Amino acid sequence: MTDLIERPVSTSDGDNVDHGTETSHHHDHHGPTGIMKWLTSTDHKVIGLSYTVTSLIMMIIGGAFAEIIRAQLVSPTSNLVSFSQYNELFTMHGSVMIYLFVGPFAFAGLANYLIPIQIGAPDMAFPRLNAFSYWLYLTGSITMLSGFLVGGGAANFGWVGYAPLSSAANSPGTGADLWICALLLTGFSAIFSGVNLVATIFYLRAPGMTLFRMPIFTWNMLVTGILILLAFPVLTAGLIMLYCDRHFGTHIYTVQGGGVPLLWQHIFWFWGHPEVYILALPFFGIVTEIFPVFSKKPVFGYRGMVFATLTIAALSLGVWAHHMFTTGAVLLPFFSIMSLLIAVPTGIKMFNWIGTMWGGKVHYSTAMLMSMGFLFTFLIGGITGIFLASPPLDFFTHDTYYVVAHFHSVVMALVMGALAGIYFWAPKMTGHMMHEGIGKIQFWFLFIGTQLFTFPLYLVGLHGMPRRMANYPINPSWQTLNEWGSVGAILIGISMVLFLVNVIYSWKKPVVAGDNPWDGHTLEWFTTSPPPSHNFLSLPPIHSERPTWDYNHPDHLAIEHNHKKQAKKSAKASAASDAS
Amino acid sequence: MEETLSQLESAQESVADRSPRTKKRALALAIAAPLLLGGCELPSFGAFHGVTKTANSTFKLWQGFNVTAIVVGGITLLAMIWAIFAYRAKDKTSIPKQTQYHIPLELTYTIIPIFIVIGLFAATVVVENQVVDEPAPNATINVTAFQWGWKFTYPGHKAVVVGQTTQSPIMVMPENKNVLINLRSTDVIHGFYVPEFNFSRYAQPGLLNTFTFNANKTGMFDAQCTQLCGLYHTLMYFRVNVVSQAKFDAWLRAKDASTTQQEVIDANSAIALENNAGVAVNPTKSNGDGAN
Repeated sequence: MTDLIERPVSTSDGDNVDHGTETSHHHDHHGPTGIMKWLTSTDHKVIGLSYTVTSLIMMIIGGAFAEIIRAQLVSPTSNLVSFSQYNELFTMHGSVMIYLFVGPFAFAGLANYLIPIQIGAPDMAFPRLNAFSYWLYLTGSITMLSGFLVGGGAANFGWVGYAPLSSAANSPGTGADLWICALLLTGFSAIFSGVNLVATIFYLRAPGMTLFRMPIFTWNMLVTGILILLAFPVLTAGLIMLYCDRHFGTHIYTVQGGGVPLLWQHIFWFWGHPEVYILALPFFGIVTEIFPVFSKKPVFGYRGMVFATLTIAALSLGVWAHHMFTTGAVLLPFFSIMSLLIAVPTGIKMFNWIGTMWGGKVHYSTAMLMSMGFLFTFLIGGITGIFLASPPLDFFTHDTYYVVAHFHSVVMALVMGALAGIYFWAPKMTGHMMHEGIGKIQFWFLFIGTQLFTFPLYLVGLHGMPRRMANYPINPSWQTLNEWGSVGAILIGISMVLFLVNVIYSWKKPVVAGDNPWDGHTLEWFTTSPPPSHNFLSLPPIHSERPTWDYNHPDHLAIEHNHKKQAKKSAKASAASDAS
Repeated sequence: MEETLSQLESAQESVADRSPRTKKRALALAIAAPLLLGGCELPSFGAFHGVTKTANSTFKLWQGFNVTAIVVGGITLLAMIWAIFAYRAKDKTSIPKQTQYHIPLELTYTIIPIFIVIGLFAATVVVENQVVDEPAPNATINVTAFQWGWKFTYPGHKAVVVGQTTQSPIMVMPENKNVLINLRSTDVIHGFYVPEFNFSRYAQPGLLNTFTFNANKTGMFDAQCTQLCGLYHTLMYFRVNVVSQAKFDAWLRAKDASTTQQEVIDANSAIALENNAGVAVNPTKSNGDGAN
């Protein structure tokens, strides 16, 4: 072992640890700076940051819509916004959050920045395609939001755009067309990102970085990339057919011309359910990077974790119709068992995260608190999701606030994962620490706000309140529960303001982070903060999924799983004789 | 129940050290738990007990799922809380034992959930078969959803109930009888949802959906559209009035004898039938146009 450390794989003749100054020189002499650098760059780090910042702006816009929705629902007869404005608001809230924030933040923002560094590559496989992908995404985002500026307002048929409500007859107006075009643009952007992720991970890994030495975040992004390639083209095709129905006289989704409205739901959810995991897997990856670092242990059950990710991805392609149980037109038992089975690999992940902390030295950094918040919130969201996999239970909760609460538990867990990732990697990306104190206050607002927001919504849903209602029957218990939900939403809003405060504070009063502020495990912590152009001047030897840790702590390598096999066997034998 | 909990708990935590026999027993209990406990006196966990036969079965399934969820989720939560608080670092530098694998433990928490899932699925299928079953009907109601209201007709009779938005048309149906519902939509997708029947189903254009209710309690029940259907989706209410067979027959006869034309907005006469279990319905504007 020590022998290898003395002769690291090196891409330069220089010192393999202290190489920061040399790099930045190298970088400054080449290429444009400032706005021109941002506009013309094909560097994965610049594009990754552009994605991250743009998607966070989208989160704030989508969050503002949510606050208006919650304000409207404080009173059963509120007329803060009109019915049609309300329909636009929840449609755009869902669309902005799903299409423009959660996905792009993870599989294009963080992944773009981190994947090449985690596998020891100089850039993504197709840097120009990568840049094109970002510009498509930005154009698509602007296209979608511009719906508010046209006559008739933005799209108002829900983020799922069910046919035939989304037809030209039922939803005339340019807003709907802009929505379709925006999804086509961001859809292609996602497909190109997927191509790039898969190609990069398969072809640009550093010597020694075998598949089973990749960090879990990279593994999850590989699987996400494959899922994107399987799912997004289906949505894109479906949208083109919808556009043809609206403008070119086809009747693919209309009964009048012999079409089948239900087809849209099949196409949409065939994309939509893998999409749920396209959204979730990157955030599973984020927290799987954070738990080990702040427990000072390797991730528990690394191979099981990879197996679980692959299983989730495989199953996710066969569960789309659990969104359609109440159509009366799908095979209930098949989609029920497939959906229930996803609980198994998801449970494995849950226990592996707990197992990673178990017996470790747990440090309560902001990133770790956010990850713990993720763990709890995702447990709630995951368990309530199992109920929805059972058709009889889905029948009476479908399209009620129970479902809304379920997926908000899940996505709020993802938001905590996103913030965990930001607090964890911001020092690497900017070279400066985020303020931990403000971060912890933000965490508590976010965590308490999330539970206060979702728990009443579960109950009001079980009391029979459907989703997507601008007003609701005058019923004291419904109103009280909605008021609590809105209080939760306000706390979440405050936490986001605190986040912006933290960003500005950390920017104005920079604290230099250094290369490896958290005693990180993976390759990104081996290079400078921020990394130089093309990321590395030298690499450590790669013998496990945490080369930087192995390099820094050669006496604390991960313990192999069969080192005590013999001892286990005898213990088992004695236990068996005891019981019988 | 107490025993089941502790059995499950120990199964979850330390099957690795136990005999295969104890393991099997624990697994059997894990599967049976939701089924067995469905019969006990359990809290409602926030849901309606239900006023139809299938709604009662669905409710029991709901209780079974909840018990399982609380047991499994509770164990997970305890492990989570223990891991978070018990292993808090006392100093910045010390490094713990670098354990990465524990194959028996990992197998345990892979295999036990598979059996739990099979148990949940078995219970689901039993209840699902009851819910989607279509026994020979004693009465039939044709339900047509439209933007933004409901129309109820009774094949072989002249009775027609139509109403839009806050007019809350009322579907009259007999108690303790198999009532077949033929559900259609004339325009977009609507959701036929009666909360206390623990049931909803899409009304879809070009597609007939059928299902059967057997209500076991008389009374007036709120209901409404659950699937976003456009501008006045929010106001697309209706109600279900479950009455005795005698009253139902009398109501149908009265309608048949009536000399007025068939299409009438008939919410008032249905309310007059009996029952003052009225609900406060949103008093905001109702829409003037639309409807057939």
